[in-house]
Amino acid sequence: MVENFLMIFQALPYLLRGSLVTIGLVGGALFLGFIMGIPMAVGQVYGNKLIANLIFFYVWFFRGLPVLVLLFLFYFGLFSLMGLNLPAFTSAILVLGLRSAAYQSQIFRGSIQSLGEGQMLAARSLGMSKIQAIWNIILPQALRISIPGWSNEYSIILKDSAVSYAIGVMELLTRANFISTRTYKPMPVFLTCALIFLLLTYGGVKVLNLLEKKVRIPGYAYGRREI
Amino acid sequence: MQKGIDKVVVLEVEDIHKKYRGQDILKGISFKVRKGETKVIIGPSGTGKSTLLRCINQLTIPDKGRIWLEGEEVIHTKKNINQFRQKMGMVFQDFNLFDHLTALGNVEIGLTRVKRMDKDEARQKAIEELKKVGLEEQANLYPAQLSGGQKQRVSIARALAMDPKVMLFDEPTSALDPELIGEVLEVIKNLAIQGMTMILVTHEMGFARSVANEIIFMEDGKILESGPPYQLFNNPKYERTKRFLKKITELYGE
Repeated sequence: MVENFLMIFQALPYLLRGSLVTIGLVGGALFLGFIMGIPMAVGQVYGNKLIANLIFFYVWFFRGLPVLVLLFLFYFGLFSLMGLNLPAFTSAILVLGLRSAAYQSQIFRGSIQSLGEGQMLAARSLGMSKIQAIWNIILPQALRISIPGWSNEYSIILKDSAVSYAIGVMELLTRANFISTRTYKPMPVFLTCALIFLLLTYGGVKVLNLLEKKVRIPGYAYGRREI
Repeated sequence: MQKGIDKVVVLEVEDIHKKYRGQDILKGISFKVRKGETKVIIGPSGTGKSTLLRCINQLTIPDKGRIWLEGEEVIHTKKNINQFRQKMGMVFQDFNLFDHLTALGNVEIGLTRVKRMDKDEARQKAIEELKKVGLEEQANLYPAQLSGGQKQRVSIARALAMDPKVMLFDEPTSALDPELIGEVLEVIKNLAIQGMTMILVTHEMGFARSVANEIIFMEDGKILESGPPYQLFNNPKYERTKRFLKKITELYGE
């Protein structure tokens, strides 16, 4: 027992550096997914038929494949076919991010469509262009509504980031596996790995919950219901 | 109510047609609104009154017909239409306040984002507009914290802040509890007294009678009859107008 603790204690800095890599993967993927997901959602709701169809196809593709298949397809296939020699870490961020964009776009689309049509009408009646109305009126409201769904996406991406083990990114799981094979003590190592994942999920969701409370519109019916 | 009406035509609407899902909603509407005039549009529901208002500021694009604002033709091109809409204030039946902004924010946003007004200047003007509708105390409240009547007054202030040439009211009191209607009508009445040019769709006949310079009775996508209130109420040309006025007065009171 004591020797297990000692082993974990020694391995912890190594694992924690892996957690930083994991956080990097998640942060990068969520960011890419966010900056792509918003214009995609807007395009799907307000764009012309062609744009909406292209986005529909994109979402269908990235939601339709297992994340590991996507990772292999891009890392071993498409990226080298395009003449890109990307490091595993970057490739993992790109694939997770491109995939997250598909999911995030649907979170934002749902929020945008949940707003009454009157918001756009009122904005246009003041003389705002469509873009101005989307930027000043629609998105500030839609993003607030999106936070619970987005928090879900965070926890999913966090866990999915572990697949980058398969292409050798030195993230948390890769490192845990490495220590496990060296020490022949899988149980304590993977338990620690699991614990770190749980803490990361907890911490991130907590932060997003706080954000949700902070940007809540006063008087609006959010949160718990009495009825 | 007596008030001076200039002869200048602010808004001219000519032969507006609109089809929606294969059905004719507007079948050729024409009228002129002079400066300082209050025109009230009445008629059974489904006759295209709201569609007509939306056609005027092109939130709905008419299939046929022309509109002039201060002699300039309102043409639906991307660049022009936003210019025209600034000059036509619109008040909706269900307020459509921006839910994420305070009362003050709602009034300010058109000034800062559309008119590109300086922040402090916009704030000053927004406060002024809220004062005019008696809501300076509520400036920092969000729409969800306001009563229906207060919401509608904010939405009037929001439209007025843009210094419109004409105000379009689309059943501004229809979504309100009876005891809240009065405060909104009061604001509109004051606007009429101050000489704002207005087109008002309403079922409040007593109010229509007291503020309108002219009442337009619409039915089935056309103007059946129009004239000054006393003429329509006391001596309507058509039996249909008389019946409608009688029915609506029984329903809504004077």
